[in-house]
Amino acid sequence: MKAMSEPIRFHFDVDGEDFSSAGGASVIVKKKLRQLGLSPEIIRKVSIAMYEGEINMVIHANGGTADISVDDREITIVLADRGPGIPDIGLAMQEGYSTAKENIRTLGFGAGMGLPNMKKYSDEMQIETEIGVGTTVTMKIRL
Amino acid sequence: MKIARIRELLSAEILCGEDMMDCEVSSACCCDMMSDVLAYVKDQGVLLTGLVNTQVIRTANMMDMVCVVFVRNKMPTPEIIALAEESGIVVLRSALRAYEASGLLYHAGLGAHESHE
Ligand SMILES: Nc1ncnc2c1ncn2[C@@H]1O[C@H](COP(=O)(O)OP(=O)(O)O)[C@@H](O)[C@H]1O
Ligand SMILES: [Mg+2]
Repeated sequence: MKAMSEPIRFHFDVDGEDFSSAGGASVIVKKKLRQLGLSPEIIRKVSIAMYEGEINMVIHANGGTADISVDDREITIVLADRGPGIPDIGLAMQEGYSTAKENIRTLGFGAGMGLPNMKKYSDEMQIETEIGVGTTVTMKIRL
Repeated sequence: MKIARIRELLSAEILCGEDMMDCEVSSACCCDMMSDVLAYVKDQGVLLTGLVNTQVIRTANMMDMVCVVFVRNKMPTPEIIALAEESGIVVLRSALRAYEASGLLYHAGLGAHESHE
């Protein structure tokens, strides 16, 4: 990839009311990263990590914002919501742990693999959360 | 295996991506939980599923899959088909049940993992 002086940034508002549009931001980011000529492996990591995070904002937090920046060293994904917060991050990070109700499972989600998967596919992941205030997940994927 | 062959084996109807019938795929998976597809799928090019919503197509897109087969005659909405078309994903629809459809493809040589012959 060409050297970049200024990071490239993308911003999205993620609608929490409409499950059927969830993941739309991830689809656009994937297309942009392809246009930037990034490797398929990097794009796959970003795609899975961001899509899982975007779905989480819709099913657990009534939507939020997604901010992506790309520089010559890494891709940073910041997902911020004003949802209920996560009471116990250690528990939420466990594979198979989910508070999703049956209605979410019939939509194909809520297996409790999202956060572990986000951690697996990012090189760095940080969760800031406060009950009743919201959650911000920051993920970095190195190029 | 060509997508055309998958269509034939499953007596499937092509809902979009007719121009991609010559596209080669080397493995498939069958799953109704998109969470599991995101967590466990590696490089399978085909997704067979009984779940019908837009997230099936977005999940397939995220995983670089080229073909989605809706089983048990489930009919995706025009919105779902349009999204697949936009993403360059073939959509097939078969009357077979998931188990049967998977069995037929597996028996015909389309495995769960890419073969390295
Ligand atoms: N943005 C969020 N806001 C509030 N709670 C969340 C958020 N993301 C995840 N969680 C909590 O963490 C749990 C585990 O998340 P995850 O691993 O993605 O599994 P799943 O989404 O399938 O439930 C969720 O069930 C939910 O309780
Ligand atoms: Mg999740």
